[in-house]
Parts: sequence; C-alpha cells; structure tokens
Amino acid sequence: MTLTVEAHGLTKRYGSLHAVNDVSFAIPGGSIVGLLGRNGAGKTTLMQLITGQELATTGDVRVLGENPVENPRVMSTLCFVKEAQKYPEDFRVRHVMSVAPRFFPNWDAEYAERLVDEFRLNRKQRIKKLSRGQLSSVGIIVGLASRAPVTIFDEPYLGLDAIARQNFYDHLLADYSENPRTIILSTHLIDEVANLLEHAIVIDDGRIVLDAPVDELRASAVTVSGPASAVDAFVAARDVMHHQTLGGLATATISALSDADRVTATAAGLEVGPVSLQQLIIRRSGGWTTEEVSA
Amino acid sequence: MDDGRPIFLQLAERIEDGIIDGTYPDEGQLPSINEFAAFHRINPATALKGITRLVDAGLVYKRRGVGMFVAAGARDRLLAARRERFADSHIAPLLAEAQTLGLTTDELIDLIRKDTPS
Repeated sequence: MTLTVEAHGLTKRYGSLHAVNDVSFAIPGGSIVGLLGRNGAGKTTLMQLITGQELATTGDVRVLGENPVENPRVMSTLCFVKEAQKYPEDFRVRHVMSVAPRFFPNWDAEYAERLVDEFRLNRKQRIKKLSRGQLSSVGIIVGLASRAPVTIFDEPYLGLDAIARQNFYDHLLADYSENPRTIILSTHLIDEVANLLEHAIVIDDGRIVLDAPVDELRASAVTVSGPASAVDAFVAARDVMHHQTLGGLATATISALSDADRVTATAAGLEVGPVSLQQLIIRRSGGWTTEEVSA
Repeated sequence: MDDGRPIFLQLAERIEDGIIDGTYPDEGQLPSINEFAAFHRINPATALKGITRLVDAGLVYKRRGVGMFVAAGARDRLLAARRERFADSHIAPLLAEAQTLGLTTDELIDLIRKDTPS
C-alpha cells in the first residue's frame, strides 16, 4: 500500500510553544483517518504543515512522497477544508462552485450542484451573508466534490445541526465508497465519526499519544459493572484504566476480555459493556492530561 | 451497531444471523460491501473485513465481477456452530440471573415448559 502522508520528527515552534512536537506517522493511501484531540492540541498546525501552509521548524512531511511546500504537483492533489475559510469579498455561492475546478482537477460539477440542492443553499446568496452552518455546508460541498486524492476536513461542521452532520457523514461514506481516496477528518466529536474511521491519530499537547486502527482500539477495552465487591474481585489482577463507584456498585474500564473471561464475569453477576471510542481515547491518552510532558 | 466488540465482528455476526433466519438463503446473493457500509454507516474497509471473515470461513464466496454469495450448506454449518455455543452464550447467563432471583433449576425448567409453544 502506498503512503499518502508521512511525517518524520515533524516539529513546529512558535517562540517557546511547541505546537507540533517531534511527530512521526504514516497514513496509508485510500483510508479515512481521524485526527483527534482537544482544542489547542496541535491538530490545525499539523494540517497546515501537511498542506504546505506552514514551514516546519525541524523534521519532514511528505505528501505522496513529496515536500508539499510551494509544490504545485502536491497542491493539485490536496483539498483542505478549513474551519474558517476566507472567500473574496463579493463572492456568491455559485462563484465558489465555478472557480473550484481551477483548483481541483478532479472536480465533479454535477455532484457539486446536487449537493448545493441537498444542503439547501441559495446559489445567488453572498458568502458573507451565509449563516455559520451554511458556510460549513459550502466547505463540505467543496471537500466532497473536489474528489482530491488527499482531502482534509478541519472541524467541518461548525453551526451544522445533527441532521446536516448525518447528511455529511452519509455523503462522505457513499462518495468515498465510489471514489476511494485519503480523507483526514479532524474533529472533537469523536463518537459521531467513530464508525466512519479506519484509523485514529490522537494528538495532545503537540504530540501523538495514540496512532492505531479504530477496530483495534475498540477491541482493546471493556467496562465491567456490578456489585463493587464482585467488580473489585474480578479486576484485582487486571490493568484498570478507570474505576468508578456509586453506593455499592462499581464500574471499571479494563483491557479486553477473552470469551472465557466474559463467561466468568457474567457468572459472577457482572455486566460487560462497550467503551466508546471517545471514552477509550480519554483513558488511553491519560485523560487528556499533561502526563506525556512530565513523562 | 455497537456492543463494544469490533464493528467488523458485529457485521459478520449480523450477516450470519441473516443466513440462519433465511434473509440470505444458500446460494443467494449478498448486498455489496458498499451497500453494507452505507446501511450500517461504517467504513467500507471495516465492512470488507467483516465479509472477509465469512469468506475465510467458507460461508460466503465471491464471484468476480458479479458479487458475493452464500455458500451451499452455510446455514447448516452455522446452526451446528451456534448450537455448540448455546450453553455458554445463553444457558450460563440464564442460570446466573436465575440464581440472583432465587429461582431453583426445577422452577426454571417449569418456566421454560410453560413458555414453550407446543
């Protein structure tokens, strides 16, 4: 499998702040990858480095094997949908759709028009008069219809309600199935996108704290709950990631159980339940704390 | 779709359920990977992994350019496997709950008899 985006020891410093700190990863081609982390963790800086909009302080980033900075070959393969995309002053919705083919060689105009209708945008509307949600819709349409080999969405759904977001996810999946490409989705709505992702990269305080297939992550932990004494007895010899009690009841998050262990747990009157990707990431990345720095 | 186990396993099991209950009869065609992905709102690679599991187990086979089909005898094999697992997957939790409620085995058997359609 070819690698679309690779970073080696990538670092971006602003004065004394390490926005991205010695980061290395490799994103295989044709997958949907989640770039997850808290606000201010370094996600946007990392995407700016990938898209050649920022120069690395040290280290190296490659897109389809090449340095993205001022590289027209790489630029023509990239589409970066930003949280706050700026458009020329007098642009209307239809202008965005008509200039897009100049930036994106794979632009599908017919698909874009269909999306404009589905997201209920008025083609004559001035961009600066759009609501926050409508502006997000424009970005989503550009990202999807660009069909760019590497498409990056940075928190693309500000102001969008749950239905519009679901609409976006459905289109993303359907279009990705038809036209496989690399999609990097930066978000903090982890559980909403969990099933769409093949791979998750979690960044905290400028460093990568988790980089794994989502399937593997989900399979890596469970919760057991029940009477506190039974829970404590069951988890005594295990690695407990999180423990909570309420009266005489307890819930513990532990590493995955074998089928035999599940039977034992059930026989002991315990309930074995799932851990959401979001919970798991919070547990595995030290609760979004700064442990990584002091370590 | 979420009971805490990997999504691809859950998808494979749902398709097995469909084979057992006749939704997907022996030699019948299955929906495509992309259709499964869109329907369950999961990544197509995950759907592929789930199907591959069934292909590897010989329960489903691919015809290049046509699609995926349920293998002959798949239902019988699944039934045999599920029966073998029945004690662990259903009887053990049933007994545990009965014990919590203070039901004796004889009472449990009576309950089962009473609710069994004749």
